[in-house]
Amino acid sequence: MSTFPWLTVLLVVPAVAAVVVAAVPRRFSTAAKQITLAVTLVEFVVALLATITYEPSRAGFQFAQKYWWIKQFGVSYSVGADGISLVLILLATLLVPVVVLASWDEVQAPGAQAAGTGVAGAGASTASRRSVPAFFALLLVLEAGMVGVFAATDVFLFYVFFEAMLIPMYFLIGSYGPVKEQAQRSYAAVKFLLYSLFGGLLMLAAVIGLYVISADQLGTGTFDFATLRQLEITPGVQKLLFLGFFVAFAIKAPLFPFHTWLPDAGAQSPTGGAILLVGVLDKVGTFGLIRYCIPLFPKASSYFAPMVLALAVIGIFYGALLAIGQRDMKRLVAYTSLAHFGFIALGTFALTSQGGTGAVLYMVNHGLSTGLLFLVVGFLVARRGSRDVGAYGGMAQVTPVLAGVFLIAGLSSLALPGLNSFVSEFLVLVGTFTRYRALAIVATCGMVLAAIYILYLYQRTMTGPLVHEEARGVLDLSVREKIVVAPMVVLIIALGVYPKPLIDIIRPTVTATFVDVGHTDPAPTAPVNASQAGGHS
Amino acid sequence: MSAAPTTALARQLLAAGPQGPIDVPTIQYAALSPVLIVFAVALAGVLVEAFAPARARRGIQPLLAAGGFVAAFVAVVLLHARRQVLAAGAVAIDGPTLFLEGAILLFAALAVLLVAERRLDSSGGAIVASAAITPGSPGATAQRTSVGVQTEAYPLMAFSVAGMLLFVSSNTLLIMFVALEILSLPLYLLAGLARRRRLLSQEAAMKYFLLGAFSSAFFIYGVAFLYGYAGSVNLGRIADAAGTVGANDTYLYLGMALLGVGLFFKIGAAPFHSWTPDVYQGSPTPITAFMAAGTKVAAFGALLRVFYVAFGGLRWDWRPTVWAVAILTMVVGAVLALTQRDIKRMLAYSAIAHAGFLLTGVAAANSDGLRGSLFYLVAYGFTTIAAFGLVTMVRTADGEASDLSQWQGLGRRAPVLAGIFAFLLLALAGIPLTSGFTGKFAVFQAAVAGNAIPLVVVALVTSAIAAFFYVRVIVLMFFQEPTMEGPIVVTRPTLTYAAVGVGAIMTLLLGVVPQPLLDLAGTAATSGFVR
Repeated sequence: MSTFPWLTVLLVVPAVAAVVVAAVPRRFSTAAKQITLAVTLVEFVVALLATITYEPSRAGFQFAQKYWWIKQFGVSYSVGADGISLVLILLATLLVPVVVLASWDEVQAPGAQAAGTGVAGAGASTASRRSVPAFFALLLVLEAGMVGVFAATDVFLFYVFFEAMLIPMYFLIGSYGPVKEQAQRSYAAVKFLLYSLFGGLLMLAAVIGLYVISADQLGTGTFDFATLRQLEITPGVQKLLFLGFFVAFAIKAPLFPFHTWLPDAGAQSPTGGAILLVGVLDKVGTFGLIRYCIPLFPKASSYFAPMVLALAVIGIFYGALLAIGQRDMKRLVAYTSLAHFGFIALGTFALTSQGGTGAVLYMVNHGLSTGLLFLVVGFLVARRGSRDVGAYGGMAQVTPVLAGVFLIAGLSSLALPGLNSFVSEFLVLVGTFTRYRALAIVATCGMVLAAIYILYLYQRTMTGPLVHEEARGVLDLSVREKIVVAPMVVLIIALGVYPKPLIDIIRPTVTATFVDVGHTDPAPTAPVNASQAGGHS
Repeated sequence: MSAAPTTALARQLLAAGPQGPIDVPTIQYAALSPVLIVFAVALAGVLVEAFAPARARRGIQPLLAAGGFVAAFVAVVLLHARRQVLAAGAVAIDGPTLFLEGAILLFAALAVLLVAERRLDSSGGAIVASAAITPGSPGATAQRTSVGVQTEAYPLMAFSVAGMLLFVSSNTLLIMFVALEILSLPLYLLAGLARRRRLLSQEAAMKYFLLGAFSSAFFIYGVAFLYGYAGSVNLGRIADAAGTVGANDTYLYLGMALLGVGLFFKIGAAPFHSWTPDVYQGSPTPITAFMAAGTKVAAFGALLRVFYVAFGGLRWDWRPTVWAVAILTMVVGAVLALTQRDIKRMLAYSAIAHAGFLLTGVAAANSDGLRGSLFYLVAYGFTTIAAFGLVTMVRTADGEASDLSQWQGLGRRAPVLAGIFAFLLLALAGIPLTSGFTGKFAVFQAAVAGNAIPLVVVALVTSAIAAFFYVRVIVLMFFQEPTMEGPIVVTRPTLTYAAVGVGAIMTLLLGVVPQPLLDLAGTAATSGFVR
C-alpha cells in the first residue's frame, strides 16, 4: 500500500503553479505557457503513477489523508480515491495539457489580429488585449479545483471545491470567450455561474441538513463521507436531502430540464474552456450522482429512480433533436452532450453494476470524444472565424487531416463499435435492460438520432465540393495541432479495443457502492442478446 | 429639605435618605478601560480642536484617534478573561462584550485610515473643508479644492466609538439608551460632512437624524413599558420578571416590540431600513465604511444581548417576529439591490441583506447562533470596509465614480484593484474560501440546528438572488470594454491601500483558516452573557 500523498500533490502542484504563472508579467507570455504546459504534463504523469499504484481489489478509499481544517464545524481536509474518482482525475489531468497546447495561440488572437489587419480593428483591440498569463493561471486553478472535487472525501470540502471551481470557469467564459460577442459571452458566463450557484446553494442546505442529523445521532457533527454513510435517515428526510443534492448535480451535469445554460456556456467558452467544461466539470454532476446521492440516500434513490430515468431518456432524445437542428457548431456539440449525459444518468440510476460501470466509463469516454469534437470545431472556427455550419462545406478537400480527426471524434460520439464510446454505451444499455427493459429499448433508439446529428454535421461541413472558394487557402492541421489531437485519437481507438484496464479499476468500486446500499443485480431472465441486437439496429 | 413631601414614595425616600448611608457603587475602572480610553481620546480631540492650529490638527487628530483605538484594543485583549457585572449592574463585561468591543475598535482604526487619506481628493480628503458653507454659494466651489478639512470628524468618531463600546456592554436599558444616543448623534453629524455632493450629504444627515430620533423615541418608549412591567431597567431583572406569572404581560410585549423597533432600525432591518441607502450614499465614503462595519457590530451586539438576556426565556414569543423580520430583510435587501445603479446604494442594500442573514443567527437562539453571529459580524466588517475603501479609489475629476456605468472595463485599466474588488464581491456573495462563506455557513448551520429550516431555505434563495448583483459588477468590470471617459484611479493612496489590504487579507484568511477566530467566537459564545 502506498503512503505517498498522491492526491495532495496533485492538488497542490497546479495551485502553486497558478500563483507563479499569474505573477508572470505579460511580456513573458511564452514563459507562462511553457511553465503551464510543463506543470500540467508533470501532473498527468503523477496521476498516471498514482493509477498504477492503485489497488483495485482493495475496498474503500486509497491514498487517504485526513487533517482537521475547521474543527469547530467538524470539517476536515480529507482526500481519498476510489475507482470512480481515480479515472476521472486521470481524465482531468489528461485533458488539461491537451487544452493548454490547444490554447497556445488562441488567447493572443485579438492582439495578433490587430497587428495583422492594421488600422481597422486596432482601436478596439488594443483595449481588449487579454492577459495570457492570467488565462493559463485560471486553467491551473481549474485543474486544482477539478482534482479537489473528485478527491474530496469530506462533504464540506467537496462543496467548497464544487463552488470554488465555478469562479475560474466564469472568468474563462466571460473574459476569454469570442472577442466580438461581448454581450453574449457575459450573458453566458453569468447564466453559467448563477445556475451552478443556485444548485450549489440547494446542495449547501442539504449538506447542513446532513451535518445536523449527524450531530443529533453521533453527538458531534461531521462531514466525513464514510461516517455519513452510516447514518440512519428517515425516508422523508432522505427524499428532501436527496433533492437538494440531485438538483445541484442535475444542473451541473446537466440533465434535461436544467440544461439551458450548457449550450450558451459551451458556445461562448474559448475552445479550451469548453473542453474542460463539458469534458470534466460537467462530470462533477454525474460523479456526484453515483458518489453522493446513491450511497447517502439509498431509499430516496430508489424512490426517485423512475423520475431520474425518465428525465434521462427525455434528455437523450431532446438533446439529440436539438443537436440535429443546430447551425452553431459549438452549440451543436453542447446539445449532443445533453444526450450523452442522459445515457450516463440512465446507467447510474438503473442501479445495476453493469449500468453503473458503463456510466462511469461513459464519463471518461465522453470526455475524450466530446473533447476531441470541441477541439476540431475550435480548429475550424479559428480558421474561418465562424461557428455557423453554413460557413463550411467540402472542407475535407482542403483540410483532409482535420476532416479525418473530425470523423473519428464524431464516430466515437455516436458510439461506433470499435471505438471507446461503444463499450460504455453498450454496458449502460445492458445494465438498464436487466432492470427496465422498455426504457433500454427506447434509449437504444436514441443512438440512431446520434448517428443523424453527427453524420449530418460531418456531411454539411466536410464532404462534397468546396462551398466557399475563399476557404481554399485554409491550412490543414499544424504540427502543434496534430500533437494535440494525437493522444486523444489514440485513446479513443485503444479504449474501444481494450477497455479492460479502466473497467478493472471502475467495476469493484461501482459494485461495492451498489451492494452496500442493497442494490444487487437482478438475475438475467431473458437472453441478454436481445438488447445487443437492438443496439446495432 | 424644605419642600413638604406629598407622595408616599417621596416620604419614604426622605425617611431613608438622611440616616442610611448612600450606596455608592464601586467602579472597577480597569474593566471599563476600553470605554474610558476612547472617551478620553474623544475629549482630548475636542481640546486639540480648540487649541492646536489648523495645520497641526490635520496631523494630530488622526494619530490621536488611531492611537486611542489601538490602545483601547490592547486593553480589551488584556481583559479577555474578565466576566463580571460592574458599576452597580449597569455594565456587563463578558465574552460577547469583549469580542464585539475588539471588533468595533479594529474597524474604527481601519476607518480612521480611510478618513485620514488625503491623497485621493484634490487636496483634503473625503471630509468637507467647512461644513457651514451653503451649497451653491461662491465659497462652495472653493472649499472643494481647499486644503482645509473639518478635523472634528475624528473626535466625533471617537465619541461614536465610545458609544458603540458602551452599547454592546450595557446591562441596563437606560445605559443602553444613553449609549445609543452617544453613538448616533456624532454619526448624524458625520453623515453630513462629505466634501463633494454637499446637498446629498446634508440630506443624508437630516434623514438619518430624523429617522434616528424617531427610532430612539420608540426605544425609550419600550424601555418605559418594560420598567412598568418589571420595575427595573436591568436586563437580568426583566428576565426574572418575565419568568414569573401574574404581571401585566401587555406591558412586556409592548415594551419588547417597541424596543425591537429601535434596535431593528439601527441594524437596518426591513421594514425599518429605508434610511440605509440614502445615508450610505450621501455620507463621506470612509464614514459609510465606518458605519457599515462599526454600527452594525454595535447594534447587533445590543440586539443579541437584549434578546438573549432580557427576553431569553421568551424566545418562543419573539422568534416568529424575528423570523418575519429576517425574511423580509433578506428579500428586500436582495431584490432592491438588483435595481441599483449606484455602487454605494448597491452596497447599502447588500448591507440590508446581510443584516437579514445575521438575523437568521439570532433566530437560531442557541449558542451556535451566537457564535455564528459574532464570527459573521467580524467577517462582514472587514469585507465591507475594504469594499467601501475601494470605492473611494475609483474616481473621476468630479469625485468618486459611484455610478455603476463608470466602472465599466475597470478590470482592463486597473486589474489588481478590480481583482480585489471582485474578490470582495465574491466574499459578500458567500463563495467558499472567503470569509463570507464561513460566516454564512456558521449562522445557517446554527439556524438549522435551531429548527429554523424555512428561514435557511429563504436565506439560500436570497443568497442566489444577491449573487446576481454582485456578479453583475464583475461582468461590468471584467467582461466589458472600458468607455472612453472612464474613471481615473488614483494610484498612491497609501492609507487607503493599507485599510483595503487589511480588509481583503482578512477576508481571505477568515475563509481559508477560520479556525482561530471561530475558536475565539466560540469561547465568547459558550461563556455566554453575564447578567
